[in-house]
Amino acid sequence: MVESFLRLRNSAWPLVIGMIAGGAAVLFAGPGLFWALVALALAALLIVQFVTFQEPILRAQEEKTDDPVAALPPMTRLLLDQLPIPVMLLDDDERVLFVNHSMRDVLGPGLDRKRASSVLRNPDVLGAISDARGGVATNVPFSLPVPIERHFQAYAARISVTPPATALLLHDLTVVRRSEQMRADFIANASHELRTPLAAVTGFIETLRGHAREDAAARDQFLDIMGIEAARMRRLIDDLLSLTRIEMNEHVKPEGRLGLDGVVRQAAAALKPLAAQDGITVTVETQAGLPPVIGEHDELVQLFQNLIHNAIKYGRENGKVQVSLTLQDNQVHVAVRDDGEGIAQNAIPRLTERFYRVDVKRSRERGGTGLGLAIVKHIVSRHQGRLHIESKLGEGSTFSVFLPAAPAEIAVKTTQPEPVTEML
Amino acid sequence: MTDHTVKSFGEQLEALSALVAQMGGLAEAQFAAAIEAIARRDSVAAERAVAGDARIDEIQQEIEDRALKLLALRQPMAVDLRETLAAIKTAAELERIGDLAKNIAKRALVLNREPPIRLTQSLARMGKAAQNQLKEVLDSFTSRNAEEAEAVWNRDGEIDEIYNSLFRELLTYMMEDPRTIGLCTHLLFVAKNIERAGDHCTNIAEVVYHMVRAGHLANTRPKADVTSETSVPYETHA
Repeated sequence: MVESFLRLRNSAWPLVIGMIAGGAAVLFAGPGLFWALVALALAALLIVQFVTFQEPILRAQEEKTDDPVAALPPMTRLLLDQLPIPVMLLDDDERVLFVNHSMRDVLGPGLDRKRASSVLRNPDVLGAISDARGGVATNVPFSLPVPIERHFQAYAARISVTPPATALLLHDLTVVRRSEQMRADFIANASHELRTPLAAVTGFIETLRGHAREDAAARDQFLDIMGIEAARMRRLIDDLLSLTRIEMNEHVKPEGRLGLDGVVRQAAAALKPLAAQDGITVTVETQAGLPPVIGEHDELVQLFQNLIHNAIKYGRENGKVQVSLTLQDNQVHVAVRDDGEGIAQNAIPRLTERFYRVDVKRSRERGGTGLGLAIVKHIVSRHQGRLHIESKLGEGSTFSVFLPAAPAEIAVKTTQPEPVTEML
Repeated sequence: MTDHTVKSFGEQLEALSALVAQMGGLAEAQFAAAIEAIARRDSVAAERAVAGDARIDEIQQEIEDRALKLLALRQPMAVDLRETLAAIKTAAELERIGDLAKNIAKRALVLNREPPIRLTQSLARMGKAAQNQLKEVLDSFTSRNAEEAEAVWNRDGEIDEIYNSLFRELLTYMMEDPRTIGLCTHLLFVAKNIERAGDHCTNIAEVVYHMVRAGHLANTRPKADVTSETSVPYETHA
């Protein structure tokens, strides 16, 4: 309404039409009608002026429903959006006005115009937001425990714009918290799990110093066992370190783009000699035209190495390990199948627990550290995939990994930020 | 949501939903504190979880009052009626989850006075699985997503499986060493409470599904909890 009036007032054409009409009236109908028209025009002008006078009031009402974020200069908006700090702006009804790129990474898509409590339910954060609305800037620590644990410090403050808004900023503390936690976990796990092999080695050293000192045969045997135990300790430390490293990065999305076929083949090739010792054949079958996935090469190699290694370890002697890659519902499905003894149903949900072993003695014999599948789980979770385990006693087990196919490549041009000069 | 002629009615409904989400956040935080109390032997977190229950009960009252007022004064129909009903039902389920979290936290206080036992880590993992269910079902509630609710509903089997496995393991422990019976009983109840919390999440999933689709999820959920039929034979050592 107001817009059309303003356009009318600002444009030249009513004046032109008025002049032509006035000229025509004088020419054809004489001055009588001319004056009538002039009076009419004056009345119209008055009405338009009245509307102009009302304009500020009407404007204010309209702007209230407007998005104050839209009023920001494009430069500021672009900066805000690209800022590596998660930012959210809320209006006085605690509705989301704006979320930037980093905030969407944390909370997921589809946040616009929702209520704060619908997008971020944490009671401490909601408390901070309502405090901030009352004029008290606050900051509170909070964490999102699932699916991947993340820790933040949330800052909420009132910003004086019209209409007023509340800003919520998150400071990511995940790395700090994680490294504290990792250190504690690492020491606890290492000291607990290293105790057994260390006790064995110490025991043999005592025996070698004592009555086995002169017995050559026993000495060789003991040294062999000590060698095996030392190797076990080394593997344990290696696995603990790589688990720690993977956990540290679990909340960081992987960036590389790669084909799983090459990764799986590389993992299988590295384990060929080991498989040959038990007479096991490892085969890899790939469906044609498999899309790439988003992932980190080294971690994915380790993932499939662990799975294939397990299949060899727990497979039947002279048996087969089959690896197949297929596409299912836009997910790349890698299945590692062995024909070993299989796993009891009640053990399956707990396989990925660290240091959980179905058969402690057997795992020790086979040189297992109890961490292989925990590592697998964390790598899969970082890649936003899914691990599924199926097994039948006496028939073998299938470990399936589902990884989302990479979205079609985005043209490089659109990802480039526009030059600043054009924005200005 | 469809536009209402009386705008404030839509707003009232939305505020009711927002309150349920807020209550969900409280239940989540309380449950998380209870699980943390178990996993990290953190008695401060346990006390926080015990104390948090009062606020949840309070907010449930408020939801019920508002929903009743809405029903009495506005007489909602169709999706509005289902949303009002869903708010009442979800609030009741969340209140139960809060109670279970409180109970877990109380037991954590006892467990933390005893020497550490590795099984608490398995419990913590089971707790994480339940936390995930709670988060996703609340997400499906706020985003009105029936598919997501159905996925939560189908996934409850995983928690049941862990429960079965823990149940057997605890029975075995108690038989091997009767001195652990006191401790293991607490652990058993913690596991049971987590499993129950998972069940309440599936109930919420059913509510969400009904609210969005107006239909019901199938009556028989894939139920994998077999502990009511489990026994471990007692082996006498000669």
